[in-house]
Amino acid sequence: MAETNHDQALLARIRAGDKSACDECIQEHADGVYRLALRLMRNEAEAEDVMQDAFLSAFRGIDKFDGRSSLRTWLYRIAYNAAIMRLRKRRPELISLDEALEQADGTPLPQAFFDWSSLPQRELEKAEVRDEMERAIRDLPENLRAVFVMRELEELSTEETARALGISPEAVKTRLHRARLWLRERLTAYFTPRVPEARE
Amino acid sequence: MTHSHCEELLGSLSDYLDGEASARLCAEITGHMASCERCRVVVDTLRKTVILYHQLARPVIPEQARERLYRTLDLTDYLRSR
Repeated sequence: MAETNHDQALLARIRAGDKSACDECIQEHADGVYRLALRLMRNEAEAEDVMQDAFLSAFRGIDKFDGRSSLRTWLYRIAYNAAIMRLRKRRPELISLDEALEQADGTPLPQAFFDWSSLPQRELEKAEVRDEMERAIRDLPENLRAVFVMRELEELSTEETARALGISPEAVKTRLHRARLWLRERLTAYFTPRVPEARE
Repeated sequence: MTHSHCEELLGSLSDYLDGEASARLCAEITGHMASCERCRVVVDTLRKTVILYHQLARPVIPEQARERLYRTLDLTDYLRSR
């Protein structure tokens, strides 16, 4: 409720042409919008452009915002659409086709079972592991990545993520679960050749 | 992972990790893990995967991009150092 009252007050000020309200909106939400754009575009320059597009579009179209979702959800939706429009214009990327086994409903079937979860914390906190996680997130299929970034990294609720992406809450949960399994598989593939006991 | 019970439970593992599974389902998964090493490993590494990505750095907008945004929106009066 506090977020709703705050958003409504901010929205009213922006609509009235109060530039300080625009500044406030940017300060509250621009970093999150940028992070979403960065994860979707996988390119800093394009992420900056998407962020620009999103705020320009948002402030110009502020009268179209019905206020039923939070301001943050609305901004993320605009940023997501701006990113997708740019992505569609790119040439299709050549991606390696590591065929993942899937259940009939598309849930990836785990294929690697080395238990790296019990590795010492110092091993898991290495920069190389973080880099591999970043690469894995970058390589997530686009439809999973959008849900994953909004729900897990930007911490929107399931309902907010669903509204931002125009999908059902059930679809959000399903895609998030698939993204997690996908990332787990990547990390397992990363650790397995690096730990002697995994090869025994 | 080919056992049908393993595959049945696979789709529920996120609910289980997020504390959103019913008590009955929790008991079923916990009970299954006690006798299925592969499922136990999948759950533990999935849990760790979630912990690790929540620890990633959260970048902020580069300063030049922020300045460009403020100029584009005619808000330069509000530009200030972070």
